[in-house]
Amino acid sequence: MHFEFDVEGGNFIRAGIASSQVKKTLKMLAVDPAVVKRTVVALYEAEVNIVAHAYRGHITVDIGGEGIRMVLRDEGPGIPDVPLAMTRGYSTASEKVREMGFGAGMGLPNIQDNADSLEIDTVVGKGTTLNIEIKF
Amino acid sequence: MRIKEICTLVAGKVVCGADRLEVNVDRAFASDLMSDVLTLKNAGFLLLTGLANVQSVRIAEMSDAACLLLCRGKQASPEMVQLAREDGLVIVQSEYSMYKCAGLLFQAGLLPVY
Repeated sequence: MHFEFDVEGGNFIRAGIASSQVKKTLKMLAVDPAVVKRTVVALYEAEVNIVAHAYRGHITVDIGGEGIRMVLRDEGPGIPDVPLAMTRGYSTASEKVREMGFGAGMGLPNIQDNADSLEIDTVVGKGTTLNIEIKF
Repeated sequence: MRIKEICTLVAGKVVCGADRLEVNVDRAFASDLMSDVLTLKNAGFLLLTGLANVQSVRIAEMSDAACLLLCRGKQASPEMVQLAREDGLVIVQSEYSMYKCAGLLFQAGLLPVY
């Protein structure tokens, strides 16, 4: 199964729609609840990162026989120092984002904890692409 | 502990999911930091928070919480109620502080997630 979603930067009202849709589908497919949770937590954190940091983004999700592959590509500022961004507690989130309950520097580490594979491809001033894989 | 009993203990008002008050929750977690909630492996727990926005409901959905307890007089917006209804989530509002809600529930035997 293949899904595509557009994500609008800064729109916290719509943040999470893609993750919610994928969760409903995985539950309908009777996927192991632990796998569903790992998938949607990783996807939701990544989706919120686009809303919080980028101008816009695009998400593709493929559910196959072996697992779930998610690609989140955004147009945004990029990540100047990936190891620093992966550090728990480090965040460049704005005050507005923090008021929403995010920006605690847990997003990327949470994604890594839940994913079987995480690849980050980023260009400063252009954008970031996350490749996330979750195995069944 | 049934959600109904939780409501009584915190003098809560149910704003969504009144048909699910007999559902049992045996663990609770209190946080205003949404990413902390997403680190939990549990399902079916009570989430206490003072953060009342659409993303509180999204977080409850993604983390498989059974009930969202909005503390210190925070009100659920119509958008939050609509989303919670779609997700089958119970929302309860309490005028008590998060500390008081947590203390009362802990005293009554509701266990922490950790």
